[in-house]
Amino acid sequence: MAQPRETRSVSPDRFRRRLGAPNVPLPVRWLFPFVLIVAPVTVVAQAVPAIAYEKYTLPNGLEVILSEDHSVPLVAVNTWYKVGSGDEVTGRTGFAHLFEHIMFMGSENVPVGKFDQWLEAAGGNNNGSTNADRTNYYEWMPANALPLALWLDADRMGRLLPTMDQAKLDLQRDVVKNERRQSYDNVPYGRAFETILAALYPPTHPYSHSTIGSMTDLSAAALEDVKSFFRTYYAPNNATIAIVGDFQRDSVKRLVQLYFSGIPRGPAIPPRPQVTSQPVPKDTFLVLEDKVQLPRLYYAWRAVKAFHEDDAPLDVAAYVIAGDKNSRLYKRLVYDMQVAQDVSAFNNSQRLDGGFQIVVTPKPGHTPTEMAKLVNEELRKLTTDGITDRELARAQNSTRAQFLDRLASDLGKADQLNFYNYFSGTPDYARQDAARYDKVTVDDVKRVVVSYLGKPRVTLTVVPEGKRDLMVTGVIQ
Amino acid sequence: MRPRRAYPVTRNAAALASSAAWLIAAACSHSGSPPSTTAAAPAPTPTAAAPTADLTKPPVLGAPKALTLPDVVARALPNGLRLLVVEQHELPLADFVLVVKSGGETDEPGKLGTATLATSLLKEGTTTRNSLQIADQEAFLGVDIFANSGWDATTVQLHTPTAQLDSALSLFADIALHPAFPPAELERLRKSRLTSLLQVKDRAPEIANRAFAAIVFGSAAYGHPLTGDEASTNAIQQADVRRFYDTYFRPNNATLLVVGDVKPDDVERRARALFGGWERGTVPPANYGQPATGKGTTIYLVDKPGAAQSSFRIGGVGVSRTTPDYFPLTVMNTALGGSFTSRLNQNLRETKGYTYGASSGFAMRRTPGPFIASAEVVAAKTDSALIEFMKEVRAIRDTIPRDELEKTKRYLQLQLPGRFETTGGIAGQLAGLVPYDVPLDFYNGYTQGIAAVTQAEAQRVARQYLDPDKLAIVIVGDRKSIEATLKATKVGDVVVVDIAGRPAM
Repeated sequence: MAQPRETRSVSPDRFRRRLGAPNVPLPVRWLFPFVLIVAPVTVVAQAVPAIAYEKYTLPNGLEVILSEDHSVPLVAVNTWYKVGSGDEVTGRTGFAHLFEHIMFMGSENVPVGKFDQWLEAAGGNNNGSTNADRTNYYEWMPANALPLALWLDADRMGRLLPTMDQAKLDLQRDVVKNERRQSYDNVPYGRAFETILAALYPPTHPYSHSTIGSMTDLSAAALEDVKSFFRTYYAPNNATIAIVGDFQRDSVKRLVQLYFSGIPRGPAIPPRPQVTSQPVPKDTFLVLEDKVQLPRLYYAWRAVKAFHEDDAPLDVAAYVIAGDKNSRLYKRLVYDMQVAQDVSAFNNSQRLDGGFQIVVTPKPGHTPTEMAKLVNEELRKLTTDGITDRELARAQNSTRAQFLDRLASDLGKADQLNFYNYFSGTPDYARQDAARYDKVTVDDVKRVVVSYLGKPRVTLTVVPEGKRDLMVTGVIQ
Repeated sequence: MRPRRAYPVTRNAAALASSAAWLIAAACSHSGSPPSTTAAAPAPTPTAAAPTADLTKPPVLGAPKALTLPDVVARALPNGLRLLVVEQHELPLADFVLVVKSGGETDEPGKLGTATLATSLLKEGTTTRNSLQIADQEAFLGVDIFANSGWDATTVQLHTPTAQLDSALSLFADIALHPAFPPAELERLRKSRLTSLLQVKDRAPEIANRAFAAIVFGSAAYGHPLTGDEASTNAIQQADVRRFYDTYFRPNNATLLVVGDVKPDDVERRARALFGGWERGTVPPANYGQPATGKGTTIYLVDKPGAAQSSFRIGGVGVSRTTPDYFPLTVMNTALGGSFTSRLNQNLRETKGYTYGASSGFAMRRTPGPFIASAEVVAAKTDSALIEFMKEVRAIRDTIPRDELEKTKRYLQLQLPGRFETTGGIAGQLAGLVPYDVPLDFYNGYTQGIAAVTQAEAQRVARQYLDPDKLAIVIVGDRKSIEATLKATKVGDVVVVDIAGRPAM
């Protein structure tokens, strides 16, 4: 938050919809190291506008969402397949994301390399990303290139396997292993998140492993897995394509019909895993040695799935705890006492379940145990005294501000339409989503802090190599 | 999720200035309505037709629409503050960006990091608001205010819904014009910065950036880290940050960019009320110094024991933003390492699988900035990756085949409209021109400038600016496992250095 950011950044924050999402990068197909970003932006106290759209379904089950926006001669295509790392089977963690990479390696009528070359020659760019619940693929380009993007997407949806081979798999396996190294293994604290997931959820839970997966499982992925995954999940009846930008609906409907209607419906999609949200059974203490200068303390609790009635109050709680300079932990630990270098808190609610985390890095000369004590003191104050109206207003106003910015680009809008369509069945659900935050009361926040953060938690201490004595080993009062 | 638009051609470390500087319909008249501008569309792809029913062939595309660049209304206040306004009424939002044309290049020896520290302090107290009050108002209004100092420029940016314009602008102007530099806040930021400097040791890419700049630029500008080092951080006094502010934060050294749901007359009225009393000053030119001429190609190895990957930074001194070779360099570099299908990424990632991504770029600054090719490479392939990097640097000096050149040019031309999609995007493009006094109509000629690049021109600039025998190659990785194999490549002598580029043992 208030930390100066003076190095180049490729963080994908702009499209995160949560206040403070996990400080772990979402696996995406590629990142361009030289890209500079315009400083992120937000807005407030302004009604979230309605998005005009049309949604229909082809006979083969493909959902189509169209939204015209003629403000600039651009268009974005954004396709969600309703499969993610939460659907992976034992021994194949990371496979959904590895498969995402393979989707760019060409298909029956698209030789290897041409997916990117043809799009670039038309002024287009593309990428994809995977999380626990879904995989998305997207292109953004000048409006005249829309037929090309649709044709490329249709070819890989309908005809990926005829040219699939071991070489494509092996190549992208190496790329993904390097993605894992670049984003997790060779990054300070990079393995903390997956360590927490494994402790927070039982092994059968779809969120108990990270989307990037383990090196061992990535090595084990076989060509037959690629084929079977495609046949199971990559069917039109498991996908939604959102097209936003400068086009005429009638002509785009004809194109969609031409390119996608001949792709046969697949077999029924296996039901997504069922989970029961419940606290961790007892307090759990973990330690992880890493190549770091400073230790770091992580608290994690089970919480709720997205759009649960306690979801928005938990988002507000995260903001009040560490969302701005006046937030409880930032003000006390970072600003006033200056015993911590940084703090963060986030409510990570996903489609099936969710978790809540607080992270603190002590300054040199201070210990994770000191941090644990201070955090617990502040949490106790929240459960006894609650929050002020001003704290609530800061959280609500800052949150409301984010809704408008997500609509600034065609691509952002397309991803929002798909997100809400998947989570609520209504593509234009942003206004209802925003309204949830306006309804949160100070009592709601106090209640959720008691009911979720008062339960047993996972406590992870990441320590410099050889400094296991810094581990927080018990419940600190 | 979405990578920012990849545009490595130029790089401007000012927070707002995005990599590519380019734009825009000019209106340099003092006031009045500027001409509406339409840049010529690039040559369409070969033919245009309705989609074919032959699903085995990619569709033939129609011609792209002619690009209409937004108008920029340019005005000036009596005190010299330049005002640039772009109307964009799609959403009720506005960006106000104060660009001060001085940054870290003004840091004095022994006080490196002064500009960034002074800029960070802008939000830590004004003559009427303390740090926590500023933060409280920002959050309560739901606006964002950023203050960042880079090379050649410092920016203070406000992003606000237009409904909050009055309160937000008064907060923004107070931060920009009335900083108090409270001693307690300076000490707090000093302590925080010292801790951050300690944590730099955790991150190989950051170590590589610092070592590369030090080796290529030495004591000239751009050679030190913008946030300084431990000694300089300890040395900076309140008088130093105040001196930076008082010297360079002057209306005659600044431009206020405004993009969004606003009207130029209203913006001018507000600017006069808030910034009209800002006093002119004499702004001395920065001493950029002169980087030492490059030695023969040398491998500078920084040890990071146990690193899973090796961080590569390969290059040297490049060009300034006002280079006459802007367009040929842009095309040549895009083919080499400026897009996903560029040679470096195709070879090191999509063919060899050594990395998650490889790229290159010219950081075009007031005086020549660096050319850098970079990647994070799996440790076991460090030597192989170096050989491939060198192969590509040599190969781009040969002819770029016509097909590849045309694809690259079309990519650059057709991407242009995408950079004007949002208020932040437009502001970013303008902010990339302002520090270098690039005319505001620069991007009216962009499409033609790219179109004019020939194979011969691309080859000329590759040969002129990329010399495989004079490269600084910085590699941060696990010395124990990579030093011997790097020596065996015989690409250059291997010198072990520290994070500041000084010989280590």
